[in-house]
Amino acid sequence: MTLDLNGLLAFWARRWDDILELLGEHLTVVVVALAIAMVIGVGVGMLVWDKPLPRSAVIAAAGVALTIPSLALLALLIPAVGLGWTPTVIALVMYSLLPIVRNTIVGLREVSPAIMESALGMGMTPLTVLLRVQLPMAWPIILTGVRVAAQLTIGVAAIAAYVAGPGLGQFIFQGLSSLGSKNALNFALTGTLGVVLLALVVDAAFVGVTRSTTSRGLRA
Amino acid sequence: MPKQLNTALLQIAGKTSGALIELNNVTKQYPNQPVAAVQNFSMTVQPGELIMFVGPSGCGKTTTMKMINRIIEPTSGSISIDGRDVLSLDPSELRRHIGYVIQQIGLFPHMTIAENIGVVPKLLNWSKDKTADRVHELLTTVGLEPGDFAHRYPKQLSGGQQQRVGVARALAADPPVMLMDEPFGATDPITREKLQAEFLRLQASIGKTIIFVTHDFDEAVRLGDRIAVLSNRSQIEQFDTPANILANPANDYVSSFIGLGTAIKRLVLIPVTAARLGPASAASKGGTTVRTTDSLRDALDSLVLTGLPALAVVDELNKAVGSISVDQISAVLGAEVPILTPTAEA
Ligand SMILES: Nc1ncnc2c1ncn2[C@@H]1O[C@H](COP(=O)(O)OP(=O)(O)OP(=O)(O)O)[C@@H](O)[C@H]1O
Ligand SMILES: [Mg+2]
Repeated sequence: MTLDLNGLLAFWARRWDDILELLGEHLTVVVVALAIAMVIGVGVGMLVWDKPLPRSAVIAAAGVALTIPSLALLALLIPAVGLGWTPTVIALVMYSLLPIVRNTIVGLREVSPAIMESALGMGMTPLTVLLRVQLPMAWPIILTGVRVAAQLTIGVAAIAAYVAGPGLGQFIFQGLSSLGSKNALNFALTGTLGVVLLALVVDAAFVGVTRSTTSRGLRA
Repeated sequence: MPKQLNTALLQIAGKTSGALIELNNVTKQYPNQPVAAVQNFSMTVQPGELIMFVGPSGCGKTTTMKMINRIIEPTSGSISIDGRDVLSLDPSELRRHIGYVIQQIGLFPHMTIAENIGVVPKLLNWSKDKTADRVHELLTTVGLEPGDFAHRYPKQLSGGQQQRVGVARALAADPPVMLMDEPFGATDPITREKLQAEFLRLQASIGKTIIFVTHDFDEAVRLGDRIAVLSNRSQIEQFDTPANILANPANDYVSSFIGLGTAIKRLVLIPVTAARLGPASAASKGGTTVRTTDSLRDALDSLVLTGLPALAVVDELNKAVGSISVDQISAVLGAEVPILTPTAEA
């Protein structure tokens, strides 16, 4: 089985609409999962950042979730939630939580005692300090966590085709399951290239998002 | 009860210049510490007074001050502002009416200078226009051109400029009381003197009740209406006007506190020739020399800078007439003890 470049290009021309659709699905499922994981992760981080025991427990729990092999996690989710988008999103959220929660906690704790004291000393309530001082100052660090989570989930999402999930994984699995057939390599290669390309584009997008949503006073 | 608290706050908040502060038998015992950080501290500060807390590191200045705005809760005793017990007020509400400047400045890096100064007005729900006007006024007051500085971020300011913003921020809502913990600590001597002079001029017009913590006795003398000289556990060794403290130090502790600084200052006034010079041969060869017209302070400077045991003293013709060392400078001061002559500086 050797790579036939002309064959690949012809394959792309024929399958262009499918490719775009799968790319779109892949991106969507990742963005949806990241959005959910951000709400949960930042929320939980805000609740536990200053409480040593819950803080360690949350980080440990999120760490454990990350060690479960993705295929196993997806398989375990089938009896509970069936096939398709739902198990995919749940799995991606679980993988995203650790970097997001951990960076939220680190970011909130990194605000110096002097700034905390001047905020309280000016009459901010602890909740105001959290929302108006700590969160904006932690924002670039939190976004870094989301960026790591994005890279992670773009890869994991490719496995989701195993539970009939959306995205480029469908091409990869199709290629693997039809090894030896004419288009097997084209399927697998297209899926893989798509995932890599998506990862690069999303990572570049994060640079822009971070720049435009971080206070100029915090930028180096 | 809540109604009563609100009334109490309004009475503090309604004032913009001076409130009466009373601390009564205030003690702070940190957990797991053998001795109290502040013990039975009592003091009455009159409206509009600028009180300086001076004392060595660790004597409890900061702890005493921070109990007034409840950043630190006292273990026992009572504190009142204009007769209202601060411990019965909501801490966040209370603090919006007490200006607070910490030593580390603590500007919010993600906010512009204007936003930093507008923090307390925003907490007090001032309108945007009123806040903007106030920010403009305050920046002008502390000598920062509003057009240039309002939209900068803290990192784009020098240390001294940041300290001015720290003071402006504390003044924003025109609180009757200000607590200032070494507000000019992180600046070079020249900037510091400038800030002190501006601050004095400002206080003359706003008449706040101010508690001002400093390590620096000269600063205390320069700024304070009254100075509290504190020793360990925040014990008040003397609480009086600068002139009275300089003229009649209450005890050896106070004299020694004043005396050290004065010794160095005295050196400025004494010429090198007042010292009994050593033989010219004792001086290290070449390099730095001291002139006979220099002061002992200049000589000490050069000795410290070069790290040499002795320097040659030369006359106008660059001819060595002797040498000078730290011992010989000390001997001059020793011969002059007691060196304290109250100055009219205050
Ligand atoms: N959070 C704390 N826990 C335990 N001990 C403390 C705490 N804060 C201060 N202390 C102790 O209380 C004493 C008084 O400290 P404080 O900070 O009030 O001193 P200070 O006079 O302001 O000193 P400096 O001039 O160095 O700022 C010191 O002995 C210090 O070690
Ligand atoms: Mg201190």
